[in-house]
Amino acid sequence: MTSLVLLEFDAAGIKQPSRSAVAAAQKLGEVHALVAGSGLDAAAQAAAKLPGVAKVLVADSPALDHLLAEPAAALLLALAPAYSHLLAATTAVGKNIMPRVAARLDVQPISDIADVVDADTFVRPIYAGNGLATVKSADPKKVITVRAASFDPVPAEGGNAPIEKVSIPDLPGVSKFVSAELSKSERPELTAARVVISGGRGMQAGENFKLLEPIADKLGAAVGASRAAVDAGFVPNDYQVGQTGKIVAPELYVAVGISGAIQHLAGMKDSKVIVAINKDEEAPIFQVADYGLVADLFTALPELAAELERS
Amino acid sequence: MKILVPVKRVVDYNVKVRVKSDGSGMETAGVKMSMNPFDEIAVEEAVRLKEKGVATEIVAVSLGVAQCAETIRTALAMGADRGILVETDAELQPLAVAKLLKAIADKEQPTLIILGKQAIDDDMSATGQMLAALLDWPQGTFASKLTIEGDSMTVIREVDGGLETITVNLPAIVTTDLRLNEPRYASLPNIMKARKKPIANMKPADLGVDPAPRLTTLKVSDPPKRKAGVKVGSVAELVSKLRNEAKVI
Repeated sequence: MTSLVLLEFDAAGIKQPSRSAVAAAQKLGEVHALVAGSGLDAAAQAAAKLPGVAKVLVADSPALDHLLAEPAAALLLALAPAYSHLLAATTAVGKNIMPRVAARLDVQPISDIADVVDADTFVRPIYAGNGLATVKSADPKKVITVRAASFDPVPAEGGNAPIEKVSIPDLPGVSKFVSAELSKSERPELTAARVVISGGRGMQAGENFKLLEPIADKLGAAVGASRAAVDAGFVPNDYQVGQTGKIVAPELYVAVGISGAIQHLAGMKDSKVIVAINKDEEAPIFQVADYGLVADLFTALPELAAELERS
Repeated sequence: MKILVPVKRVVDYNVKVRVKSDGSGMETAGVKMSMNPFDEIAVEEAVRLKEKGVATEIVAVSLGVAQCAETIRTALAMGADRGILVETDAELQPLAVAKLLKAIADKEQPTLIILGKQAIDDDMSATGQMLAALLDWPQGTFASKLTIEGDSMTVIREVDGGLETITVNLPAIVTTDLRLNEPRYASLPNIMKARKKPIANMKPADLGVDPAPRLTTLKVSDPPKRKAGVKVGSVAELVSKLRNEAKVI
């Protein structure tokens, strides 16, 4: 029984959610990893260093740059016969590609698994994480996306797997990448950060997110937001933490001016320590917070920045 | 251009659903049901395309129990022209839904199918992509903007790092993200008008699809409960607790 994990990478190496997917796959047996795109030398080397990866497959074709769903699914389908399980992280890329692969294989995908029980049985959150369903698949092959926050990622270094080039099947040309407008930030990615500080509707305006920055700088935190703050246009969509945004589980999550709607809690309630700062002491966020501070954020945030600066 | 819009009847997004005491599923009896919020965005986008003269007909489809007809009525009140109800009491998983929708698409021959990016009950986020695969159409998932020009469509997608722009050939699948539009409320006259719009009724067998589920739910359990925390009196106390008690900074 061997699993194939589709890896995402950037200049810094294999992305953390993909390393969590490798960790999940290790519970199923032997793990092969796949990198696809063009100019893959560095990515293949990085994949080969992941502990627990037995082989790295390299699919070198410019048609696979940006991992558009149609060619990427065609590639995975061509590789599928050799594998019992196909996995990717529950990211925009994984969610886009994996169900497409599953449908062609006539299997029901198992989305966003939070635990592996055995080769056929998995735990996954439903209803915004208000229930954890244990599901058993009757399909001969499993197509899975992995909730990165639920699996400790394998380290970036320590392995030494052989690298093998795979032949490229016919790739459909029905879609085309035009451009990407990616948020530039020196901060860690939301899903990989040890500390996350998020602002909600209480921030009142996008420019007030500046108040979070000195605190984020001091704590090495990523900055996130509630859906309300994104819908109001305070910050871009990629800041959103919640059921339909990013799922995070950092050591420390600081929720500022966030009331705590069900769909937001679904994205952060597995954080180790939760701090809530809100002037409404009835806000539901306080029901999940380890430390709650009832205060006006416009006074509390500068104070917090100063306090962290002092010590 | 004809647009097909699948709409799912789900527990209303404001309801906090609980696990049944016997662990067999979620407690949904007697709970308020509504159209899946992402599907409302899909209907709205189709109606806007019709208002712009891009689309000529909008067909709303729902699959499930007889009450799904109410969900279709909501779509008709928002501006869809007619409905199709595939009625079954059986549990439908995304693979079966995609197969049923493919059978309908084969009959209806739409140019565009707009779906919600995920249903807020099973949180699978799979049906649109699976339907695209079965039809062998390209897909523009998690869309925050779409522009149709001739036989191609430009889709701005919400991805992890920001936004991505792609073009796809038509016919195509779109799945909606939150920022695509803000769905309208149906006006009373439009709700009245919707009562007269036709809804065709069929069964999965009429479409030649075996909807048997592939996943069996063995049990559903409560997520780990967080114990109630403490309120702190000042920022200084907060920092001290984080440093000395929680040891996270």
